[in-house]
Amino acid sequence: MTSDFLSGKAAIVGIGATEFSKNSGRSELQLAAEAVLAALDDAGLSPRDVDGMSTFTMETNPENMVARTLGIPELRFFSRIPHGGGGACAPVQQAAMAVATGVADVVVVYRAFNERSGVRFGLGPPPGKTAPTAENEYRTWVNPYGLLTPAQHTAMFARRYMHVYGATSEDFGRVAVTVRRYAAVNPRAWFYGRPITLEDHQSSRWIAEPLRLLDCCQETDGGQAMVIVSTERARDLPHPPAVITAAAQGIGPDQYSMVSYYRDDLTRVPEVELCARQLWAQSHLGPQDMDAAILYDHFTPFVLHQLEEYGFCGRGEAKDFIADGNLELDGALPTNTHGGQIGEGYLHGTNGIAEGVRLIRGTSTSQPANVSHVLVTAGVGVPTSALILSADS
Amino acid sequence: MTTATTNEEQAFLESLRAFVGQEATPVRHAQEPVNRPMIRHFVEAMGDENPIYLDEAAAVATGREGIVAPPPMLSTWLMVGYRAHQAARSGAAPDTPMSRLLRLLDEAGFTGVVATDDEQVYHRELRPGDQLSMTTVIADISPRKRTALGPGHFITTQRTYRDQLGQVVAEQRFRILRFRPQQASAAATSASQRTPDPAAPAPTADPARRPKPFITRDNAFWFEAARQHRLVIQACTDCGRLRHPPSPACPHCRSFNWHEVPASGRGTVHSYVVSHHPKAPGFDYPLPIVLVDLEEGTRLVADFAGDPADLRIGLPVEVEWLRYDDELTLPRFRAVGEDA
Repeated sequence: MTSDFLSGKAAIVGIGATEFSKNSGRSELQLAAEAVLAALDDAGLSPRDVDGMSTFTMETNPENMVARTLGIPELRFFSRIPHGGGGACAPVQQAAMAVATGVADVVVVYRAFNERSGVRFGLGPPPGKTAPTAENEYRTWVNPYGLLTPAQHTAMFARRYMHVYGATSEDFGRVAVTVRRYAAVNPRAWFYGRPITLEDHQSSRWIAEPLRLLDCCQETDGGQAMVIVSTERARDLPHPPAVITAAAQGIGPDQYSMVSYYRDDLTRVPEVELCARQLWAQSHLGPQDMDAAILYDHFTPFVLHQLEEYGFCGRGEAKDFIADGNLELDGALPTNTHGGQIGEGYLHGTNGIAEGVRLIRGTSTSQPANVSHVLVTAGVGVPTSALILSADS
Repeated sequence: MTTATTNEEQAFLESLRAFVGQEATPVRHAQEPVNRPMIRHFVEAMGDENPIYLDEAAAVATGREGIVAPPPMLSTWLMVGYRAHQAARSGAAPDTPMSRLLRLLDEAGFTGVVATDDEQVYHRELRPGDQLSMTTVIADISPRKRTALGPGHFITTQRTYRDQLGQVVAEQRFRILRFRPQQASAAATSASQRTPDPAAPAPTADPARRPKPFITRDNAFWFEAARQHRLVIQACTDCGRLRHPPSPACPHCRSFNWHEVPASGRGTVHSYVVSHHPKAPGFDYPLPIVLVDLEEGTRLVADFAGDPADLRIGLPVEVEWLRYDDELTLPRFRAVGEDA
């Protein structure tokens, strides 16, 4: 049973980021500090107002280090969420819960890294992941055979999905073409001014068949932060609040990290469906009420899975839903209007949350008319999370 | 690695051991004195940022007289150089005890060579201007050993490095294996022990360099079985259900009692990946990897031995075994009916 206690209690009132680049030239801590300051400025708040923080376990900048860097005197609440990009929306849920329960008043969520110039996730297991523990167990059954990277892990699901539903590489390519078109008009995007065609996608090299280079997200240096306060307090701040109407986490049956290959049906993503169920129950909304979506696009195939798990179309119909233009600005569900992680940058999903806020404010570089509700999702293939952001009613 | 001796082998070994104690090659003199330009090339290539190799002041600050050469450069000072190396390759080898020893081994079929050990002892640091020379003595020749590469003899040479004053500055024990290459790849043996097809492309990557599994108390039994070329599945002793990957309790009846049952080794491809980038050590690319539905109902990931172009979902496959190293052997799958 899902309670709607949390729904509408808290809102995102500030967003801030560094530039998104391939080589930031500065420390990850500085990136975090710059992003947090920018988000506080945007919210019209000072570092002295902050009393809570939430981030990823993979984050290298601990809360205390960010706090001391920015002269944030005291933190009453801090928490970390595991599973990389799958956790992306969960720190916002943590913040909303802290604010709704009165544990904290102003919670900053941040994610900052030099993911391109420093440790690159796309090259395989990160250094130090060598202990024979349950945490690393999933690697035991795939790494010795050469399945080492998230792209390779995802390719196994994509191949099965293609087989079952007749989807093709071009169907995945249409996702890339759409988000790159959005990125092309977004000055923050790495691929600003550089749209692609389906032919470009089809001629890009294989990374892990059936995934091509242009099916994969960016590797990015940068920082992104956001500020969460109670919806009541939000009404006194400069920007229209992005109200957190629903927030959910999900771990499904027989869940592994990226390699849940041992379930009956690899075309389904039960932890995403679990998030969907909770979001609809908390918000008393459904897929038909979503005016736009930010779907985690580390790799294009999982966008198709998500469209189906959230009920925007039937099983196996995502390829047709996309081909019909529904992800475009004039479609039923404008999706990844910032350019996604494929086109704007890979900030582990947090830049997508910021875009969700802009869509509610009406300030996206590709702004659909009349946006009241936006679905924002996190990494797929791992334990995951999701949000619904709404205009204040 | 084991030792087996016959009379013929013993006679051959004695002919080899006649060389023990002899100077392998004439004394070699360094072409250049120890010098800063070569040191700089070396430390840049190695990424060694210790300042005592290039920065006089930093070296002096450590109590040294000045910069020193990195100890691992030892053998580079005595390299013969490109021209001499090319000349040696094209012309007849000079007649030395070492060349005679190697010819004996070649004639007996021990044509393969691999360096196995390199132990170095440094008596003092080398400084720019040091002019080195090196003597090489054949120190030891092992009886015939059976190795993963084939039967062979280990040959140990003792090199002594002296400076311009004749003082010993370093010593090196260098060991190689001269082996008789196996007729076919020893790496793969199929479930039914068929001989490999010589027409099949030979694997070039060394599986020993692949990432290793993390062996835990929960999964060790599976890897032990694999080492013995047995594909097994964990079974709940109370409710009988199978599970893979292994775990300490049955997710259905929560029993902690389990045993292993043998799998037939046959199954079908549930999904697959052909990986191209990035390229990791120990694999040949494009790299096919399969997710196999075993006949018994569990699923597992493994190598695919065959042309990636032949892969399709539903392809019937059967297990064979790929040896990674002495400790590790893992399953891989091949299309049913296709000879290994």
